[in-house]
Amino acid sequence: MYALIDGNNFYVSCERVFRPDLNGRPVVVLSNNDGCAISRSNEAKALGIRMGAPWYQIRPMAQSHGLVALSANFALYGDMSDRMMSLLAAWGPRQEVYSIDECFVDLTGMPGELTQHGHHLREQLLQWLGIPCGIGIGPTKTLAKLANVIAKTAELQPGRYPAHLAQVCHLGALSQEALRDILAATEVGDVWGVGRRLSAQLGSCGIHSALDLAQLDPAAVRRRWSVVLERTVRELQGVASIELEESGSGKRQIAVTRSFGQPVTALSDLEEAVTVFASRAAEKLRRQHGAAAQVLTYIRTSPFRQAAQYSHSSVVPLQRPSADTAAIVRAALAGLRAVYRPGFSYAKAGVLLLDLQASSVQQAEFGFDADVPVHPQGGRLGKVLDRLNRRYGQDTVFLASAGLGGARRVWSMKQEHRSPRYTTCWKELPVAHA
Amino acid sequence: MAPAARCLPALVGSVRAGFPSPAEDLGAQAIDLTQVLITHPQATFLLRARGTSMVEAGIFDNDILVVNRALQPRHRHIVVGVGECEFTVKTFTRPPAGIRLQAANPAFADIVPVPGQSLEIWGVVTAAIRQFVA
Repeated sequence: MYALIDGNNFYVSCERVFRPDLNGRPVVVLSNNDGCAISRSNEAKALGIRMGAPWYQIRPMAQSHGLVALSANFALYGDMSDRMMSLLAAWGPRQEVYSIDECFVDLTGMPGELTQHGHHLREQLLQWLGIPCGIGIGPTKTLAKLANVIAKTAELQPGRYPAHLAQVCHLGALSQEALRDILAATEVGDVWGVGRRLSAQLGSCGIHSALDLAQLDPAAVRRRWSVVLERTVRELQGVASIELEESGSGKRQIAVTRSFGQPVTALSDLEEAVTVFASRAAEKLRRQHGAAAQVLTYIRTSPFRQAAQYSHSSVVPLQRPSADTAAIVRAALAGLRAVYRPGFSYAKAGVLLLDLQASSVQQAEFGFDADVPVHPQGGRLGKVLDRLNRRYGQDTVFLASAGLGGARRVWSMKQEHRSPRYTTCWKELPVAHA
Repeated sequence: MAPAARCLPALVGSVRAGFPSPAEDLGAQAIDLTQVLITHPQATFLLRARGTSMVEAGIFDNDILVVNRALQPRHRHIVVGVGECEFTVKTFTRPPAGIRLQAANPAFADIVPVPGQSLEIWGVVTAAIRQFVA
């Protein structure tokens, strides 16, 4: 059996833990640069605010409906996520952290009644962290994910599903008949991996519900559509076909990208930004004990502006896979200089580390450049950098090409409504009035 | 050489001639304050105390409060309660003393929920930390 647990309206829920006055009010969290809504409270959803709604469009509701908008506070969300994931890891022998607010847990061999366990765990997360979550349980990852959707829908839209499936839904505990009824009442688009395009295609073939999809012949699905959809069909039929990917395997790609607070034109400003992004990416890489073989750097103008458009990226291979900040920054800057063209107003830049591998695997070339130092883990310098920055706060020590402007740097992010970093910054602890 | 034979145990500390460091044999861990102060790391948050309503309970302005949300609040526990739009730190009492949040300073009134209103408790204060020299 697998469980899929996710935090409800996660970013908003994190904010509410420290701002109980936000309970019962419409709240949205805005993306980087206060662009658009990336998390919405149920009250905000009820106002018709859609995921991704641009801030300038919904802004009037602050006046008319008391809508509260907050800038994304990823330091807070990351810490709350760590706490949640470490509690959930104890539920079963294996865990796959799927995103910042959701994870799969393999419940193989866990004794007792799983639905009841689920309810206990949900209560614990609510009391310990203040985060409400939904739990779906099923014999495959796809069914667990579907059970999670049903648990949420049953809670928010009473009547759509039997009430006892709200909050914690265990599809593996249902009779064959009850499961059929549930799948028949579920749109095919709610199935994990069936996007809008595919569900329209399926619809035109008379496949509307999850049950319709589950009743297809997997071999025929492979011929007609794809191996991926075939796997989904098998999983709906209860045959586990998608492996759990444990967090230990590490991410296959690390990206640090940001939109700028205001358009940037000068190469020197972009160099600062790219240095910071590359340094942060290298730090993430070292944390998962990885090494990167390729560094991709991109810059682009804003597609929302009536100005000359430019968007370009370049990939610079590293001589050897490395997690060394200096090597990665050097490659990122080389990539930047290759794609930079003067005369454009740049709105965004990013650094992606690609072709990741475990740093324990080292392949050295034969002979030619023995003078190139080998620092797969960033060497001692990397370790010292990380330790200082972890102890004394981000950006205590950094490469000089990142510039010294701090938050005043031209390209710094606009975060006008950010809440304090309650759990990661000594100066921003929540206050209790005595 | 067989691969297994190459696995040597890791050495702690450097090898030197002369008097060996007595610390190396004990394998002891240095005392870590968080071990004592934080028993439920996922459920523990640090808050900053502001004000003087709890001085007789030993909580002063600017203290760091260790707040554990995993504990069930009991009679006379010091807790963080949820006020109208702020957190408040007070002593929690329950019947027969009556459910209330009590100040530990005669200059401050207790917080008594009006009938029909519930008293929301955010967490239990397990310690106050006061630093004299940073």
